[in-house]
Parts: sequence; C-alpha cells; structure tokens
Amino acid sequence: MIDRLALSLTCLGVCSGLSAQPEQIAVGSKNFTEGYVLAEIMAQLLESRGIPVERRFGFGGTLVAFEALRAGEIDVYAEYTGTIGQVILGSDATLNSVQLAAALAQLDLEALPALGFNNTYALAVTSPTARRYNLRTISDLQALSDLRFGLSHEFRDRADGWPGLKSIYGLSQDSSGIEHGLAYQALLEGEIDVTDAYSTDGDLQRYQLVVLEDDRGYFPSYHALPLTRQDLDSEVKAILGELADRLDDESMRALNAEVVVENRSFAEAAAAFLLAQGLVTEVQAPTVNMWRSLVNNTLVHLKLTGIALLAACLTGLSLALAVYRSRRLSKVVLYVAGLLQTIPSIALLALMIPVAGVGQTPAIIALFLYSLLPIVRNAITALVTIDPLLRRVATALGLTHLQQLRHVYIPLALPHVLAGVRIAAVVSIGTATLAAFIGAGGLGEPIVTGLALNNTSLILQGAIPAALLALCAELVFEALERWLVPRHLTSAQLVS
Amino acid sequence: MSGIIELQAVTKRYAESIVLDDLSLSIPPRSITGVIGESGSGKSTLLQLVNGLVLPDSGTVNVFGKPLPRDDLARFRRRVGYAVQGTGLFPHLRIAQNIGLLGALERWSPADIDARTAELMRLMDLSPELKLRYPYQLSGGQQQRVGICRAMFLRPEILLLDEPFSGVDPLTRRDIHTRFLELLAAEPATVVLVTHDIAEARRLASELVIVHDGRLIQTGETAEVMRNPATKHVALLVGDSSDD
Repeated sequence: MIDRLALSLTCLGVCSGLSAQPEQIAVGSKNFTEGYVLAEIMAQLLESRGIPVERRFGFGGTLVAFEALRAGEIDVYAEYTGTIGQVILGSDATLNSVQLAAALAQLDLEALPALGFNNTYALAVTSPTARRYNLRTISDLQALSDLRFGLSHEFRDRADGWPGLKSIYGLSQDSSGIEHGLAYQALLEGEIDVTDAYSTDGDLQRYQLVVLEDDRGYFPSYHALPLTRQDLDSEVKAILGELADRLDDESMRALNAEVVVENRSFAEAAAAFLLAQGLVTEVQAPTVNMWRSLVNNTLVHLKLTGIALLAACLTGLSLALAVYRSRRLSKVVLYVAGLLQTIPSIALLALMIPVAGVGQTPAIIALFLYSLLPIVRNAITALVTIDPLLRRVATALGLTHLQQLRHVYIPLALPHVLAGVRIAAVVSIGTATLAAFIGAGGLGEPIVTGLALNNTSLILQGAIPAALLALCAELVFEALERWLVPRHLTSAQLVS
Repeated sequence: MSGIIELQAVTKRYAESIVLDDLSLSIPPRSITGVIGESGSGKSTLLQLVNGLVLPDSGTVNVFGKPLPRDDLARFRRRVGYAVQGTGLFPHLRIAQNIGLLGALERWSPADIDARTAELMRLMDLSPELKLRYPYQLSGGQQQRVGICRAMFLRPEILLLDEPFSGVDPLTRRDIHTRFLELLAAEPATVVLVTHDIAEARRLASELVIVHDGRLIQTGETAEVMRNPATKHVALLVGDSSDD
C-alpha cells in the first residue's frame, strides 16, 4: 500500500513539472479593456519590428502590475500619470512630467512619452436617470441622497477617488463596491444608479450613458504612457516612443468601443489602429486559437495546483506526523493553518506580492497555504483517533516506531488523509482561477478578461474547464482511494 | 527463585491512585498462570509490566533472567506474544497478513510465512479460505483464534493473554480452549492469562495468582488454591463456576 502511495506522489510530481518560458519582452496589462488594447498595440508594434513578445495581460490592479514591473516579471505596461503620482508614489499633489520622471528614476523606472489622451475618472448614469433628475454635473448629485452608488473597488479606496470626491462635492450617499466589468450591467438593470467610469470607456458609447461633468475640476489628469524600467533595451524604448501622441480621447474611446461594442478582439482593434497610423505596413494576422489557449491555460492551471498540492501534501503530512503525539503542538499547528484559511483568497494573493512578487510563484505559495489546512487537519485527526487498542497491540507485538507508522498508523489514517487531499485539490482548482489577478495565468485568465469585457462566453471558457477539472480531481481521488484503501475502510464507509 | 518472569516489590501508580502495591511474583517456565481479580484490581497492569508497556515506579521486573532492555524493547517483545480482549486485529490487513505481519518484519521468506500461517490456522481450526478475508468478515470466535495465531507466530517463549477469550458463547469458548491447549502442547510456552472467568482459569491454568486492590492475595497450584482459599474474598472469587 505504501509503495502505491509513493508511486502516486511521484506521478503527481512529474505531472507538475511543466515548462518555463523563453526570454522575451514581456508586455503586461491591467484587467480592463483599455489596458488590454494598449498592451496589444505595444506588443504588435514590437513584434512588427522583430522583437519577440510575451503577453502577460490581466493583472488585477495597479499595485499588482506595478510590482510585476519592478520585479521584472513584465517589462512594460500602460499606466496613467495620475495613477503613478497618487497610487504608486503616494504623492497627493499632481506631479508635472519632470517631477514624475525624477520620482520614477528613484525606483529605477521610466515613463516613456505619453500616448496623448487623458483617461480620467468620471461618474456615469443612464440617460433615463439623467433625464429624470436633470443631471448634468457631479454637483447635481448633492441633493439626491437616495441614489445608489456602485463603485469599482479601486476607485472606492483611492484617495483621488471616492473619498476625496465625496468631501469636495459634499456628497452624503453611501457606496457599495462592485466589479467594474459588472457595473454597467447593474446600472442598466437598475440595481445601482451611479458608477465610476473612465472617460475613454467604449462602454459609455455602447450603453448610451451620460458622463457627469467634473464641474469643480476634482479629478487629476490621467495621461496614458508606457511605463517601463530604466534598464529596458533602448531600441525597445525607441520603438514604443513612436506611439507618442498618436491617440487622442476620441480615438481611444473609438478603439475601446470597437472591442466592447463591435466584439472585435484586442488584437484586431490594435492591428487596425497600427495600420491606420502607418506604424506597421501589413496586418499581422492575429490568430486567436481558442483550443490552444484552452490547453495552455489548463496546463498552467494544473501546474499551479499540482505543485501547490504536492508541496502541501509533503509539508502537511510531515507536520502531522511530527506533532500528532503532542496535543498542544497539534492545536498550535491547526490554529495557524486555520488562520491562514480565514484570509480571503484574493487578499492572500495580494499579500503575497511584496513577499514573492507576482506571477506563478506567489500563486503557488498562496495555494499551498490554502491546501495545508484540510490536509493537516485530516491527517492529525486521523492519527489521533486511531483505536488505542490497535496502538497498544502494535507496540506489544514488537513493532518499532517506524514500523508502527508504516504498517498501522499510515494505512489506517490514509482514508482520512486522502479525503483531506481531495478537498484541498478541489478548493485549489477553484482558488487558482483567482491567481490570474496576479498574473499567474491559468483558467482564471479568460475569466478575468471576460470580466473586463463583460463577455460571458469568455468567462465560461475559464469557468467550465475549471469546473470540469475539479470534477476530474474528484474522480481521480475516488479512483486513488479505491486503489489504495480496502473497501470497508473507505471514506464512504466511514461516513455511513 | 528461578522464574522466567520475576517481579520484585513492584509498585505502580497512576496519578495518585496505587494500581500495584509492593507486588512480588515468580512465574516458572512452561507454566500456565491464571491471574484472577475483579475489574480494576490491577491484573492488566501486571501483564503489561512483563512486556514493558507499563514501567514500574519502583521495584524490578526481570524477564528471561534480566531486566527489560529499555533501549531495544521492540526486539524483546517479539519473544513475548500478546493477545487481548477485542483481539486488536488490524482492520486494513487480511487475516493472513495479520497473522504473518511479524514474519514479514523479521524478513522471513513469503513461503516460510505462508507455511507458518497455514500451520497455525490448522492448529487453531481456522479454515484456509479465511486467509484472504478481512477481520470484520469473521465471527468473534474466529477473530480470537486469529489473535492467538498472530501472538504465536514467532514461537514466543512467553505468551501474555489479556482476557482474549471473553465475549463469545461458552461452547465456542470451550472449543477455543481445547485448540489452544493443543497448540501449546505442540509449541510449549510460558503463559500468563489474565481473566475474570474462574471456569476458564480452572480449565487452562496450572497456577493461580489472585490479585485484589493491587495486592497479591494468594498464589499456588490451581487445585490447591481452589481447595484452600486464603481469604473469604478468594473463596468468593474461585467459588463462582457459573459456566462450567
């Protein structure tokens, strides 16, 4: 039985040991339409000049993308001057370009020439709402305390977002947080009345929303530019510099609308733009093969969960064996593992960034920490609940401690342990979809992109395979249990 | 004294309660000694002193003429068979694996293990087809026989039995007794049998040890103790012959 166990663990390990990426320019993006479009424009421009590009799109938030850049996980992504000043550098004052460059230089970063448009924050309402309350400016909201504000999480928390807006305009309404990709839907369905938007958002056109004028000039300017590290190859910098001032507000909004309204892919929209601007001479036929990306995403997903699970098994079981004989130590271990479990997964992933950067490593660490509790708890419970008579007999028959473990304790604990690993596996597969927010890829990637585009079929391209994968994990562990554990000791038997 | 098992002034406490109090005992080789007493009299503790499951607070325990080897108890215990009430068969192992486990740990060849298992099962009247079953698929009586087979696998010089025959009907029990005595005739060992069943003790034991409240009350040949109980309490204990 032990040999089979060892074999199973080895297989799991081999399955997990998948590929690494070759050296390229890694272009990143945050997870909203404009971010993807700009990233795709930069990527295709570089590719047209013969520079290989790795696309690392969909980072879940400014700090994630920023940390990815600093850590060298990505080489460039599109950022906004206002965001750099306020969120990243923590400066309340609006910085001019010289101050910005100096501040970035201290972090070994560099802002390339701005792309032209100013995508500042805005508040949007539906046209019926605007008509009903005669809304034109943000000041008009003041008297309407019944309006429900559904705001994106980042906007709610930024000093230059909701808190400041509220005090400058004297708004008394409360706000609830909502994923930006879902906000317009909620607006149209009447679940919320006001949301935040970006002034170049193609959805504004799509849903015929009314943008309220910032009549007190509260929002700082958000000029988009490629943000990169100083040590980036100067040839690459020069190529990206060609994009300077090529996009005004209107053309950016049109590009965004092409994607969200006309359902063109980021790649198609970007290619059309580059061609129209004469930056490329021929369209690089952007091939988006759904099946290939599905297979890739699934493999990455398996890698993330596989490595995390394997590490959690080894650590969890060793830990359980080390502490189960001491009631106090067992308690401490279970408390700590339980505590880790209570951290919301998205928060744990975010907490990983300062420690382990972004990408697959922090995702694996976070998944590992999550998998630990079910494995350790089940293993310790299984070990301490072994019939005391069997322990006494095993000792009295002259089995050494190791022999007792191998021939009695581990086989008897196995059904519980397997059940724990099974729970950990299924939970990991689900949680790993969130890892796309920190750039780890996997099946969460189409989900994150789909959320940004409000594209259900894209979301399902991640959600369905993830669900199937979880189901497969269930079946695999069921088969494993049947193979390793005598039927009368299986967990099904234990439950009944 | 020349016992294979020698206890000298042994005292054992758990928390504040005294389980065994200044107990001395010598058990001769090849004897079958019945240890009699009510529940809580300390008789199981007495048994577990012999194979080192329990260590005395004071006094000495010598087995095979020496103190227990504390640094190598596992090897020592393989010379001392052990079977208990409730059998303690390993539920995840088949019958043959339960019986032959110690052989496998001693690196016997599979053929030797098979042969020894078959021999013991024959002696204890267990049908060979039970070999591949799991313990839960056997009757209580069959499980007890398997427990004896397992304890006897390495031909131990001492066999410690902690009420291993209780919990089955009298007829089955008597059959197991007969088989057990035949097995002992074929493979002699010094047996210490803890029981609260005086009929069982009378049938199996050549010597009796009467324990009460952690103290030794009387020892001697079975017939002698039956004939001349030292106290009223002993008379009450040995006078009960309910299922004989």
